[in-house]
Amino acid sequence: MTRNAMIDEWYPVGLVSQLDAHGRKTALMGEPIEVRLGEDGSAKVTGGNGRVLPACIRYGHVWSSLGDPQKPLFAIPEADQPGRRLVDVGVVRVRCSPLRAVENFLDIAHFPFVHTDILGAEPHTEVQNYKVEIREDDDEVWATQVQFYQPQAAKSAQGGITTQYMYRVPAPTCSILYKTCPPRPGEWDVITLFVQPLAEDLCDVWPWMALFDDETPMTDLIHFQQTIFVQDRSILENQIPGLLPLDPGMEIPTRADLTSVAYRRWLKRHGYTYGAQLVAQ
Amino acid sequence: MKLYDYVLSPSCYKVRLMAALTGVTLDIRPVDFHPGAEHRGPELLALNPAGSIPILEDGDLVLTESSAMLVYLAATAAPQWLGNDAAGQAATVQQWLSFSQRLTASLGAARLHEMLLRPGDIDALRAQGTAALRELEAGLVERRIRGQRFLASDRPTVADIACFPYVALAPDGGVSLDPYPAIRLWSRAIRAIDGFIEMPGIHRLHELKPEPSPEGGEA
Repeated sequence: MTRNAMIDEWYPVGLVSQLDAHGRKTALMGEPIEVRLGEDGSAKVTGGNGRVLPACIRYGHVWSSLGDPQKPLFAIPEADQPGRRLVDVGVVRVRCSPLRAVENFLDIAHFPFVHTDILGAEPHTEVQNYKVEIREDDDEVWATQVQFYQPQAAKSAQGGITTQYMYRVPAPTCSILYKTCPPRPGEWDVITLFVQPLAEDLCDVWPWMALFDDETPMTDLIHFQQTIFVQDRSILENQIPGLLPLDPGMEIPTRADLTSVAYRRWLKRHGYTYGAQLVAQ
Repeated sequence: MKLYDYVLSPSCYKVRLMAALTGVTLDIRPVDFHPGAEHRGPELLALNPAGSIPILEDGDLVLTESSAMLVYLAATAAPQWLGNDAAGQAATVQQWLSFSQRLTASLGAARLHEMLLRPGDIDALRAQGTAALRELEAGLVERRIRGQRFLASDRPTVADIACFPYVALAPDGGVSLDPYPAIRLWSRAIRAIDGFIEMPGIHRLHELKPEPSPEGGEA
């Protein structure tokens, strides 16, 4: 394994609700790791050679790193707002590049075709103009002023609405989506995609949500998000090339792909290339 | 009728699909199968000691086997889905209903292993799944030679609905359907039935575009 800037990043490695002293064997960037509950109630993560890895507990998940994280895990201030329901959606494994999983999450144009009658529907296929920037101070990718017509934007939505979105990429394999909150206008629902890179072409995806919704049963919230993600899964497993191309000669983006372009540029700038293809083949 | 349901379960989808095709409205009770393992909890174990879903309740009747649920829905609302009474056809329907259990145990287990990290010997599961697909392909080819598009007759029966979901989702477990043209035609025929509904991973049939005209036509 070549040294990569992604080594020093934090990654999700399990649900806090499923931590036990027995431990769970999993992997991080090709290295077998074990995640268990320590006697002091904290999460313990050990690497392939038994060395102790950094660990923290946040947003319903255990986080770890193979390297030496230079900063704490990114903040999601909304996660601590009172009144939100915190939803552990559970893991789904996908045979794809971890970067591909994030890029797909950032794409709006596929909604009418993959999430038909839920997140989009023909003929409402137009992606209107939106703003994308790499925020230098925070070192994050942001897309704002995104809007899209959706037949059933959330479990709590009654009928079709034009939904406002903001996307944020605070870490190479994590993205946070802020979305119109039907029961509470003025607030944003928070839907995240936390991706655990197992290998360059294999990942465990841990969606997580912090919603204002007092009505919908928890199981329905989980099933709604699992439905959406599993609709994406077969698409992700069939993308060619498997690794995310960072060479601009490889593909021709359109305006609807602005977020993807910024994400790829940001990955390349930082040398976040685990799961990427650097030179077109 | 009340269905204890998980949206990603192909066996639960069989029942939802059969109900949609026969015009039966189900009262859906979502079960937190993953990550919550609610099917192993006391409430559902009391209903079904096997700890599996789906479970179908209708009054005093409690069914825990999906093939039995398909037969019950058909017998209640649309008996033509049971096939006819001829000995050969009745037995063929039963043959494929039983066969569908092999699909669950092989392709279904491979899918759970690959997607939701359930334990299993993935190579053995895929080999068993491939053997079952080859048998299904051969069966469908024989039907086609007789001019029939479905497993037991020229119209779909409960046998088709029992076998379809795990076959259609085989790629989720890393088993390709590319080598099986008769299975792909059969899948298309099922998805073309009026009232067909989707599940995540099984897409609706997109309309066939007209053949481009050789003269270039309007273009």
